[in-house]
Amino acid sequence: MPLDTYINVLINGVLTGLVYGLSALGLSVIFGVIRIVNFAHGEMMVIGMFLALVLFRWFGFDPLLSIPVAAVVLFGVGYALQAVVIARVAHLADHMQFLLLAAIAIIIVSACLMIFGPDAQSAQTDYSLDTFAIGDIIIDKVRVYAGIAALAVTGALLMFFRYTATGKAIRACADNYLGALVVGLNVGRLYALTFGIGAACLGAAGCIILLLVDVHPYLAPSYTLLAFVIVIVGGMGSLAGALLGGVLIGASEALAGVLLDPSLKTAFSFALLIVVLLVRPQGLLGKALQ
Amino acid sequence: MGQPLLTVDGISKSFRGLRAVANVSFEVEEGAIVGLIGPNGAGKTTCFNVIAGVYRPDSGRIRLRDATLNGLRPDQICRAGLARTFQLVKPFKDLTVEENVVVGALCASGSVSEARAATGDILARLGLKAKRFQRASELTLPDRKRLEVARALATRPTLLLLDEVMAGLRPTETDEMVATFKALNRDTGLTILLIEHVMRAVMALSQHIVVLHHGEKISEGTPEHVVRDQAVLDCYLGEEVEV
Amino acid sequence: MSGLFAGVSTRGRVLFAAFLAFLIVAPLFLNDYWLAIIIIVCYLGYTGQSWNLMLGFAGLLSIGHALFIGVGAYTGAALFVHFGVPPALGIFAAILVAVVAGSIIGALGFRFEIRGVYFALLTIAFAEFVRIMVDHSRWLGGTAGLFLPVQNREGIDLLNLRGSPLMFYYIILFLNFGALALCRWLLAGRLGYYWQAIRDDHDAAQALGINVFRYKMIAVMISSAMAGVAGVFYAFYYNNLFPEQIFSVEQSVQVTFAPIVGGVGTLFGPILGAFILMPLGRVLSTLTEHWNLPGIQLLFWGICVAGIVLFRPAGIWPWMARTLRLTVRPGKDE
Repeated sequence: MPLDTYINVLINGVLTGLVYGLSALGLSVIFGVIRIVNFAHGEMMVIGMFLALVLFRWFGFDPLLSIPVAAVVLFGVGYALQAVVIARVAHLADHMQFLLLAAIAIIIVSACLMIFGPDAQSAQTDYSLDTFAIGDIIIDKVRVYAGIAALAVTGALLMFFRYTATGKAIRACADNYLGALVVGLNVGRLYALTFGIGAACLGAAGCIILLLVDVHPYLAPSYTLLAFVIVIVGGMGSLAGALLGGVLIGASEALAGVLLDPSLKTAFSFALLIVVLLVRPQGLLGKALQ
Repeated sequence: MGQPLLTVDGISKSFRGLRAVANVSFEVEEGAIVGLIGPNGAGKTTCFNVIAGVYRPDSGRIRLRDATLNGLRPDQICRAGLARTFQLVKPFKDLTVEENVVVGALCASGSVSEARAATGDILARLGLKAKRFQRASELTLPDRKRLEVARALATRPTLLLLDEVMAGLRPTETDEMVATFKALNRDTGLTILLIEHVMRAVMALSQHIVVLHHGEKISEGTPEHVVRDQAVLDCYLGEEVEV
Repeated sequence: MSGLFAGVSTRGRVLFAAFLAFLIVAPLFLNDYWLAIIIIVCYLGYTGQSWNLMLGFAGLLSIGHALFIGVGAYTGAALFVHFGVPPALGIFAAILVAVVAGSIIGALGFRFEIRGVYFALLTIAFAEFVRIMVDHSRWLGGTAGLFLPVQNREGIDLLNLRGSPLMFYYIILFLNFGALALCRWLLAGRLGYYWQAIRDDHDAAQALGINVFRYKMIAVMISSAMAGVAGVFYAFYYNNLFPEQIFSVEQSVQVTFAPIVGGVGTLFGPILGAFILMPLGRVLSTLTEHWNLPGIQLLFWGICVAGIVLFRPAGIWPWMARTLRLTVRPGKDE
């Protein structure tokens, strides 16, 4: 195959990977701080997608413009979820937390089923089928916009964590729970904030992904799994790792799609996940586990 | 006397460059009660954990009679005849007192009924018989310590390793424990190696004491001898003076 | 609070006997619709028991249990479809394959010290990987599915598992309660004590001479063997297998519902959970039929599980056993 095809595929993969990275960021932030694995990850993103779809249908909003709306709505959902529901099981064993979130995921999926029906739906913008051409390289416009949007949101998030007082407080909680309590940080509120932020990422990612993919209620689990792969490979709790992992997985899936049978590309991701879990469970950039 | 039961020979262990135990050697005679003491940070717990198989020594050998214990897993070491207790007691909370001891007894018995039959004596000896149907989570600390010991005894060890078993006990409770161990040693010939901070217990129990300081053995002998040894006095008094 | 070693009171024994007797004679007065529901209930109870063994007894959270069910199903079905091997024999191959799968995952998990959530993710990854592989296997029917030859619903052919729903009813009933008896027997012995010890405190268990790896592996192997058997039943009852269905994460998650609701780590929990969730779900679904709410049953189950985790994490069985006084604590009679 000509080199151009590979480059095409690679660039498209990287751009998609940036969006994956944004969604994985949500998962990673939540795990890094609260130490909870959000099994309702894909479902929350699907809420974001449906929200963007509805805004597109009713008001003609470009999904990218819906990002602030979805982010705020999902933030509220996430905040409430953590503060009211999840905090209650914080003291229970890991599997109980998983089960609660799995149950929440199922509730979300069935609610979406009842409201939107099982069929795939899409938001076709005017530029949905347009492409940029740079020499022989052809890139979908939607992918470029998606990638840029993802980078923008990610950048905002990273600045939040690095430069704001709340962001630093959250990082302190992640580093040392007891210490944070001792210096008087309201850890419960910060946890709720964190979950809200993680969910907001998903809302944003959902809007962006709607440009690339059709939405239906059963889409969720595959995105949850994809996010797991990314976060495990990149490192749970590492923001840069989530982004890096996203790009890596996006690129490798795209390449695997071309080199192998396209439907095998997810298998490749899972094989990678298994290997990473066994050999280096903290991922590329994560902190080593005890 | 013949061959000692336990031989600790030139054990060294470092953690990331920090020497916790340096070339420690001592022997435990069969049927003896030996105390391992030293100020905080002396390396007692590390030494103990090396013997119990939690850590692998960087160098040196540990022998139980003829068998080398180096590199064995903790469960293999238990089956070889070395039982240990934990300083922070670890009862099986959802099981009753009797069931806890049965778990230990299964190491030496073929079936559950055999194991259960064996627990009666041990529970009586440790004064837990009346509480045997209580859930372990409901026990007080002294009783949990007794349970810890009972469980270890149920594995029918030749050597019992006690990890600061007196910590947190009141003086009367300490005396009771000392009496229990003395009786055990006298009646069954059980060999005991204990780490202890509580001097009252160490002096009352031990026939032989090994003193560690900064990871090295600085003295060893009978309680009377060790108490008068200048090196030992220096290390305990010296610790206080050092700022 | 675990009901593992609690004795069963006389009242409990009577109720259980009555319950079992009812189920045995039920076909005399229940129609096929309800029998089909009870079959699914027992299937859920059985697979739930198998999952329960892994988590409740060995402390391993598996979200990929569909893997073991699936490989058992495909092994039994493929041997029958391609080589004419009757399931009565094929089931042994199915068990073997399932146990091998379980052993690999278990061994990898233990050797590399993967615990908790990471182990759960490992199980998902394996299940998904196998699903995609089977999707691509034409010999196993691929995405289009593997179909067993249309069966003659009259008569009872145990060897080939061809027969009326009645036959399947008694088979799954036997499996369900047989599993209960098996687990009870196991728990009363060394395995039970050791499992409980390992689950409670890994280090203390080791210090008492327990080879933790071996006993965890035993739990994993028994659990996956049971799941493999469930797979064979599934294959021959439904007569078709689709990788998307049988290996899916949804399946794996659904396996966990009955034991969670009933009570993880308890013996009777999975069965109770199944008998609560399934009929209630079906009734709800039937009641709302004309409102056309697809997914209502799933919604109901999600709410139930969430409710249990939030308000009664030990499950319904411990509470029920306490309130109805179906169990006694040891030593009470002394």
